[in-house]
Amino acid sequence: MKNARGGSRRIRLLVNFLGPFLGLLLVVLIFSLLPQVQDRFLRLGNLKSVATQSVIVALGALGMTFIIISGGIDLSAASNIALSSCVVAFVINAGSPPWLGVLLGVLTGGLIGLVNGTLITALRMVPFIITLGMLGIARGAAKWMAGNQKIDAPITWVNQLMARSPRPSWLLMAPGVWLMILLAVAMAVVLRTTVFGRHVFAIGSNEATARLCGIRTKLTKVVIYGLAGIFCGLSGVMEFSRLTVGDPTVAVGLELDIIASVVIGGGSLNGGQGSILGSMIGVFIMAFLRNGCTMMGWPNYIQEIIIGLIIIVAVALDQLRYRRDS
Amino acid sequence: MDESQPPLLRMERISKNFGATRALDEVDFDLRPGEAHALLGENGAGKSTLIKILSGAVKPDGGTIWLEGRRFAPAGPLESRLAGISVIYQELNLAPHLTVEENIMLGREWHGFGFLRRRRMREKVREALGLVHHAEIPPDIPVRQLSVAARQVVEIARALVERARILVMDEPTSSLTGEDSQRLFGIICRLKSQGVGIIYISHFLEEVQQVADRTTVLRDGRKAGSGRMEEVTLEHIIKMMVGGEVKELFPQVVHQAGEDIIESGELKGKRMAAAVTLALRRGEILGIAGLVGSGRTEFLRTLFGLDTVESGRVRVGRDEVLGGGPRQRIRKGIGLLSEDRQGEGLALSRSIADNLTLSFFAPYVRAGFLRNKQQRKAGWEWIAKMKIKATGPGQPVSSLSGGNQQKVALARLLHQNATVFLLDEPTRGIDIVSKSQIYEAMGDLASRGKSILFVSSYFPELLGVCDRIAVFYRGRLVELRPTAEWDEEALLAAATMGKPAAR
Repeated sequence: MKNARGGSRRIRLLVNFLGPFLGLLLVVLIFSLLPQVQDRFLRLGNLKSVATQSVIVALGALGMTFIIISGGIDLSAASNIALSSCVVAFVINAGSPPWLGVLLGVLTGGLIGLVNGTLITALRMVPFIITLGMLGIARGAAKWMAGNQKIDAPITWVNQLMARSPRPSWLLMAPGVWLMILLAVAMAVVLRTTVFGRHVFAIGSNEATARLCGIRTKLTKVVIYGLAGIFCGLSGVMEFSRLTVGDPTVAVGLELDIIASVVIGGGSLNGGQGSILGSMIGVFIMAFLRNGCTMMGWPNYIQEIIIGLIIIVAVALDQLRYRRDS
Repeated sequence: MDESQPPLLRMERISKNFGATRALDEVDFDLRPGEAHALLGENGAGKSTLIKILSGAVKPDGGTIWLEGRRFAPAGPLESRLAGISVIYQELNLAPHLTVEENIMLGREWHGFGFLRRRRMREKVREALGLVHHAEIPPDIPVRQLSVAARQVVEIARALVERARILVMDEPTSSLTGEDSQRLFGIICRLKSQGVGIIYISHFLEEVQQVADRTTVLRDGRKAGSGRMEEVTLEHIIKMMVGGEVKELFPQVVHQAGEDIIESGELKGKRMAAAVTLALRRGEILGIAGLVGSGRTEFLRTLFGLDTVESGRVRVGRDEVLGGGPRQRIRKGIGLLSEDRQGEGLALSRSIADNLTLSFFAPYVRAGFLRNKQQRKAGWEWIAKMKIKATGPGQPVSSLSGGNQQKVALARLLHQNATVFLLDEPTRGIDIVSKSQIYEAMGDLASRGKSILFVSSYFPELLGVCDRIAVFYRGRLVELRPTAEWDEEALLAAATMGKPAAR
């Protein structure tokens, strides 16, 4: 009764762990078998560009994973990325050293996140509403600061962060990709092995219980949103690096890609479930799909339909698994 | 238990008002180390208020608490927990996604520089599970995969890790099987021998007799009496609980059973463990007894078309009504009162009038528009008929007391002209006066030729109002007899062991 399916448990855990990998593998396999693209798809050069294209969504998804596991949502992520990228451009354009631009960009992102978290806990309002409001506020602020046009900025080392062929060449991949990998590993460790990470899961699973057990749920939430904001800020830096200008209209709707990645990777919008590895796989499933579809010369709307279907299928499979569990 | 020892806990002259109602009136309560002290009383008697005061969730208006000889005035739940008071509530407080170990250590994780010390926590968790003799529960399995009984053990283990000196158990056996209850009593005995004081709240008086050393009975916010368990009889406890109201609790209305009106033939639903055959007669009140989880609710829901029918048939009058959902059943004159009044039975934020007419809007609709005036008028009528205490039909149901909410739910079935009433725990959690009124309404319905299936976990009310009683045990209907051939012992035996005691 207590451990009914003890023997098969290990196998199931393995399947649960491998599940998202299988999805990614399937996507890669399909494209590498299609005769029109198979010679180009798995080339190192193409893999590098997929990785580089993933950085912006991936950084956003790292923070979003924490938020979604805690039972929240952040609709302002993409606006935050745009605002942060404009801040970087603005500061560098004003003649300040590039590192200051990067720092202020990241801090802007963190600040927006802190405001989100503070409003959610202080006003006791649902994250959906607060971050929906912030979606408009941050986007508006970016356009205001940029005077409703692009902010030009001189080319500096910051633009090297997202260069497909980096200098020095022994880096192999863009510095932004390395940063993404490093941070993903770090966040997986934080989520799995720290008290903070465990409290994130507890809040998402049953907030009342978490409070009863003496967890400072409000503080933890503010930290979660602040952390996610910092990742949006970083993502904004990468966006600037890629575009070489500050564009306040960039990344519109990208928050939905970020949320979709986390959800495809097993994050539950009801909270309590999700993982960094899963979210990263979700990011790459979408990136490979986009890349493959473009190579095939399929129009944009086909990509959109396919990605839409993937989201539904991935979550349906996840729910099936969950129902069998309980 | 050692009576010479100073009490672990002493609550003196505790009072608490909620608005105009006096929830607690100078109640005394004490607990010695290694003792199980039963706290008894009807719903609304003040038990939960007293516990909330002890656990720091509610501040008393008057009185003092002494914890191991020192004054204790908890500012909040956390302070109370840190002082060694653990409450295990009816609805368990676990995070379903987290593992056993993560739940047990939640909020007091051992760590170095923020990093979890898993190996040492694992040892601690194993030790705690061992202390309650349930070392077989794997620490790394998510709690949602455990049975209810195992979850309860996890909660107790958590209390032990917190070094609880006082453990409050609120209806701990209400969702356990007989076997699991016995195991729980074993754990309680071991905790007692370790000097933990236990406050035990339960409606099941038999098990209270088995577990508790002393008892205190509350009634209407006052202490109605207390004593050592071996010195008080069950009759005496019941008398203390209900006071002088016990006589008119089951008003008898003469009614006569007629022909079969609804019949379930080998009916098996998706969530039912076994097929059930049962026929309800016109003008009859048929009781269904059984423990929570014995399949009574699933049977009712299958009959009503809320759960999918897998096999068998349902006949109403002369018609087979197997397919179709609740909508079609309502048309056939069947009405269901949900056991989950607040979650499913009522739209809490909506008005009395809306809730009342929800299942039968037709009289108030003209060309697709709702005629508010007529709806309100019907609201006033039913408020008067059912003696609902409310300011008017526009009052939201959420602001009514439990008993009055239940009257609205019952009135809905009457309003939709039901002839067969499937009532699932209609008196759960409501005050005695409302209970009595609902019993009377049931008798009244039967006398007018309506039929009632009455599911309840509380045997005295079944014995008090039913014509026949069927007992469910682990998904099966095990025995059906006229009420005159049942008594509480026989019902209990059938509900907990699947076979009625020899008579």
